[in-house]
Amino acid sequence: MEVFLAWQWFHRLGSPRWFYQKTGAWLPWLALASAVLLATGAVWGLGFAPEDAKQGNSYRIIYIHVPAAFLALAGYYIMAVGGAIGLIWKMKLSFAVMRAAAPIGAVLTFIALFTGALWGKPTWGTYWVWDARITSMLILLFLYIGVIALGRAFAREQVADKACALLALVGTVNIPIIYKSVDWWFTLHQPATIRLTKASSIDPSMFYPLLTMIAGFYCFYAWTLIAHTRVLLLQREWRTQWVREALVEEK
Amino acid sequence: MSMLDAPTGRRVAPGFGVLFKTELLLALRHRADIANPLLFFVTVLALLPLGVGPEPALLAKMASGMIWVMALLATLLSQESLFRGDFENGSLEQMALSPQPLYFAVLAKSMVHWMVTGLPLALLSPLLGLMLNLPAAGYLCLFFSLLLGSASLSLVGAVGAALTVALSRPGLLLALIVMPLYVPVLIFGTGAVQAAIDGYGYSAQLAVLAAYLAAAAALAPLAAAGAIRISTET
Repeated sequence: MEVFLAWQWFHRLGSPRWFYQKTGAWLPWLALASAVLLATGAVWGLGFAPEDAKQGNSYRIIYIHVPAAFLALAGYYIMAVGGAIGLIWKMKLSFAVMRAAAPIGAVLTFIALFTGALWGKPTWGTYWVWDARITSMLILLFLYIGVIALGRAFAREQVADKACALLALVGTVNIPIIYKSVDWWFTLHQPATIRLTKASSIDPSMFYPLLTMIAGFYCFYAWTLIAHTRVLLLQREWRTQWVREALVEEK
Repeated sequence: MSMLDAPTGRRVAPGFGVLFKTELLLALRHRADIANPLLFFVTVLALLPLGVGPEPALLAKMASGMIWVMALLATLLSQESLFRGDFENGSLEQMALSPQPLYFAVLAKSMVHWMVTGLPLALLSPLLGLMLNLPAAGYLCLFFSLLLGSASLSLVGAVGAALTVALSRPGLLLALIVMPLYVPVLIFGTGAVQAAIDGYGYSAQLAVLAAYLAAAAALAPLAAAGAIRISTET
């Protein structure tokens, strides 16, 4: 009985209906938190943080670039974990989360690449450099696109879900290997600025707005992921009673 | 299931042997399927000097990278048909249902695939090196790096082939999902040849390729077996 109770939340979480009803209330709060954090971080970082001694104002793109790159990578793992849970426990909800995470992650990867290219122009004098981290991000984008394309190729959603989950897991095993091999091949890039183990090489006056932006991006990510998952759930479960009830309520 | 499986479980090795022989025989009877990737490999590489110009110094610089990229594409092109025939005539489903572990079936098929694509590509590479003016120091290393690397390509490609086997025209999709996974092999393969040309030791890069192959041999058939189970559900 106790074991059953301990796992009850887990199975309840797996129910699309429960998820849809619960998360409806979270969405406005997440939206508010991300708006406040992003606005604070952007104003603080773009307007008040000191100018960089070498790069001048152009370094400020870090406030978009770094959080996007963080979440692009984290998003792949979120997608893969969603796929793994779906494959192991056959949970409909976690497959929906996985499928929702793929396009969001792809867009974030693209934003990281795009802002990186814009940052590269004043810093290195060119938009595109084949260096380790840019190339890794480009390959990450291809991995995301692979998952999205594979998901669209199947007529049956159930098969598409499982195939995408498997591909995401294979990608997860490969990401560290790809990252390390690209790093080895690496030509030129500034060393990583945020290190969790050693003292950070970025000044606190620049670092706190960056942290605020990262927190804001996390909230924004959670918000879009939940919103996208809700739409997918409505599409997938449209025949069920709870979807009709939910839609009538919202009218 | 476990009770019934116990006696057959011990017979994995003969089962693997039979499948391996059958696959090899099938591959050898379809000579065109062996020749096509090789001809593709040679033809595209012959187009390269027409595109970039015949200047020997330029070709020498590009040779190792171009040979590797073309080997990658040739492997990928042949990968599509890896499970196709067996899927269409139903044998793949039978393999998935049989008490023989699917892991070894995939391993046997990947090994045969390597023997009829990767191995001939590696054997052919010195000739192409000659055509593209590859510096003399690179030949041996190019051969060994292709020999090791193409085996990994066959194994990793099997996962993509298994995922897309139920689709009617998987060609480009297969390339899209498998290409990013080929990156480490390409990097270390060309890295080894470049090191050899520059006069450095290249055993470290070959060791990394071998390590990748060991990991791929252990994990890729597992993933491909899972993908076959998903694909045969339809």
